[in-house]
Amino acid sequence: MAQEAKNQDLPPLVTRKAVKTKKELDILLADKGIRYYEEMEVFPVDTAALKKTLDATCKSRLRTWLEICAHCSLCADSCFFYLANDNDPKQIPSYKIKSTLGELVKRKGNVDTQFMINCMDTAWGKCTCCNRCGMYCPHGIDMGVMFGYLRGLCFSQGFVPHEMKIGSCMHWLYNAQMDVTVEDYVETCEWMAEENEEYYPGLEIPVDKVGADIMYVVNAREPKHYPQDLAEAAILFHLAGESWTVPSKGWEGTSLAMFAGDWACCKQQVEGVYAAMERLKVKRYVGTECGHQHRATITEGPYWAGRKSGEPPVPGFHYVEWVLEALETGKLKLDPAKKIKEPVTLQDPCNYVRNHGLTDVTRKIMSYIAEDFREMSPNREHNFCCGGGGGMNGIGRYRKERNIGLKVKRDQILATEAKFVVSACHNCWDAIRDLEEVYKIGIKWSFLKPILLDMVIVPDHLKPKEE
Amino acid sequence: MYEFVSGPLALISFAIFFIGIIARIVLYVKGLDWQLDRVAYSEKLGAGIKGAARSLFHWLLPLNRTTANHPIFMGVTYLFHICLVIAPIFLLAHVVLIEESWNISWVTLPDKVADYMTLAVIAAGIFFLIRRLVDPNVKILTTVSDYIVLAIALAPFITGYIAYHQLELGAGYKSWLIIHILCGEIMLIAIPFTKLSHFVLFFCSRIQLGMDYGIKRGGAKGRGIAW
Ligand code: HEM
Ligand code: HEM
Ligand code: SF4
Ligand code: SF4
Ligand code: SF4
Repeated sequence: MAQEAKNQDLPPLVTRKAVKTKKELDILLADKGIRYYEEMEVFPVDTAALKKTLDATCKSRLRTWLEICAHCSLCADSCFFYLANDNDPKQIPSYKIKSTLGELVKRKGNVDTQFMINCMDTAWGKCTCCNRCGMYCPHGIDMGVMFGYLRGLCFSQGFVPHEMKIGSCMHWLYNAQMDVTVEDYVETCEWMAEENEEYYPGLEIPVDKVGADIMYVVNAREPKHYPQDLAEAAILFHLAGESWTVPSKGWEGTSLAMFAGDWACCKQQVEGVYAAMERLKVKRYVGTECGHQHRATITEGPYWAGRKSGEPPVPGFHYVEWVLEALETGKLKLDPAKKIKEPVTLQDPCNYVRNHGLTDVTRKIMSYIAEDFREMSPNREHNFCCGGGGGMNGIGRYRKERNIGLKVKRDQILATEAKFVVSACHNCWDAIRDLEEVYKIGIKWSFLKPILLDMVIVPDHLKPKEE
Repeated sequence: MYEFVSGPLALISFAIFFIGIIARIVLYVKGLDWQLDRVAYSEKLGAGIKGAARSLFHWLLPLNRTTANHPIFMGVTYLFHICLVIAPIFLLAHVVLIEESWNISWVTLPDKVADYMTLAVIAAGIFFLIRRLVDPNVKILTTVSDYIVLAIALAPFITGYIAYHQLELGAGYKSWLIIHILCGEIMLIAIPFTKLSHFVLFFCSRIQLGMDYGIKRGGAKGRGIAW
């Protein structure tokens, strides 16, 4: 009772609008999702608005998919959630969409609160938008796309996981997925350059250098939690002799707004990065070792920004593409004696492999760094999601579901008998770390940068002067 | 009665069928939206066509992982569809009727072959039906309309078979023939309005996704994902 009285005095946490102020953000952060989900239980659905959105945005592609699905269940074993949950028919991609978006469309948006909560729990708790099922459906029905769409509908109605609401808010406020300001970022860059200058004379992290070849863009977690990653990137660019820069405004390439389904925010986020490309007149974009950074900024971003060509203002590359180029052209030389001797396997992140075709790039890199490279099975565009994609790693409400889902990746890794997993994606890296924490299979995991830095040959003229 | 169902009614159902499927295609294409779908359909038409061709090639032929993973089901469905499309179009009795009305004709299948194809469609249909009734994965997805659609698709084959073999079955040849024609007409009319519309929308959907992969998801880079 007292709790209820207290709740009435507080500003509402569940809203249909995106949260865009620091004050509201602080309240959301303080709540930890407890009052948030309680409020959601009784939060009404604006059915008129829902219907309007459906009429305006649910067009022939989605409606056709919903209509012609043969209900044949061929997509069942393509989804890692189905496999990880002992072939539970409720995890069949077709069932998951039919019982949520399918019903929603059929009822023309006339649904209730519990229905929307179920949509939320399915769209974020039973799907990582990995798009694997779409490759196995004979009709070419892509549930990942449909769940992405459903997330947008859920967001517009306020039925969005707590952390995703916060994520989109961060982007509105900071143009980054975390509370890292432009000043914080620039300071981190300066700090990292200073820290390492001693070992790499002339090392710098050039901020806003107009006319550089490469504009390097990161994931906010790097400046916030792993600044070393930024230093590693700088050292590798330095050793490769690249002309590169990081933007001040527009430094962040990821988009939790994409996972949240806040399309307006996606647009604002990516336009910030594109503005930096144009302001700095760079030749190309290289994004850090993060899958959804690439998806958000290079693959999907142009469409949010209304670019008809479907291309960003300058050609966009994932870090792995730059690494391979540097290795193949000899800009970076690795010491073959330092190749990893133990068996190594590789995680193919859906976001730039299945969803951007970079199937062979990482394997070619492996040939430079590993003596005993073991493919997972299946691999390349057929690889299973690590288990933590689509924002799932970060959502407390679905932790149990996430941990069950990790079993598929665990078994894939175990089957290779390798104890070392290379993952050039933040989300996959996190999922594999958590996998080890939950299942303790005795593996190590790493991004590419530390491995490369370990093996790279420093050219004589870049070595510190002996005194 | 026979005159009516095989004359004006047949004409009407063919008209509905053809206008209907063309309308479905037109509406589908009109409902595509480069920005909402996030695929630069027209700006990158070339890459899109390549991707679409790849997608159709791998799925009209059994060159996909789903066929490798589910060879029995996919084998049955390929057989079902091939026979379902080929048998009626090249059936001597049908071609003769069309020749009599419109004076056009084309090659025909030997009756024996058409007969076996008919049986294959019926057998495959029974396989789909049993699967729907017993496989928990299919059961959870199945709706009443799936049974109705399956019945609509099978009825012309079952009744055509009965008529061809002049099986008595309580009605006699003439009645069975009329029933057959009615069933055929129901199927033709149902195609644009039910999920049998996949007759054309299958191609639309595959082409769309093929374009998506060809244009956006790696068509420009990588080795071209066989989608
Ligand atoms: C719409 C008008 C249709 C007419 C006027 C028509 C007429 C006929 C006639 C006259 C026969 C031959 C019966 C006999 O040999 O005595 C026949 C057989 C057959 N019809 Fe149709 N038909 C129609 C539609 C369809 C459709 C839409 C299908 C299937 C998609 C179909 C499938 C068959 C089959 C499979 C047989 C032969 C069965 C066998 O040989 O075992 N018919 N039809
Ligand atoms: C040539 C064009 C066609 C193509 C490419 C096509 C393709 C497909 C595909 C991919 C499926 C889903 C997988 C499966 O359940 O087998 C399917 C299912 C089905 N198709 Fe077609 N189809 C075509 C024409 C037709 C026509 C003309 C009919 C009947 C009028 C038909 C009747 C069915 C039925 C009844 C199913 C569901 C089978 C079940 O119950 O599982 N199809 N088709
Ligand atoms: S494989 Fe495709 S058609 Fe079959 S149930 Fe799954 S989504 Fe539907
Ligand atoms: S997109 Fe991935 S997680 Fe989602 S239903 Fe399909 S296979 Fe499962
Ligand atoms: S986390 Fe990694 S594997 Fe999972 S969906 Fe994202 S990119 Fe794919």
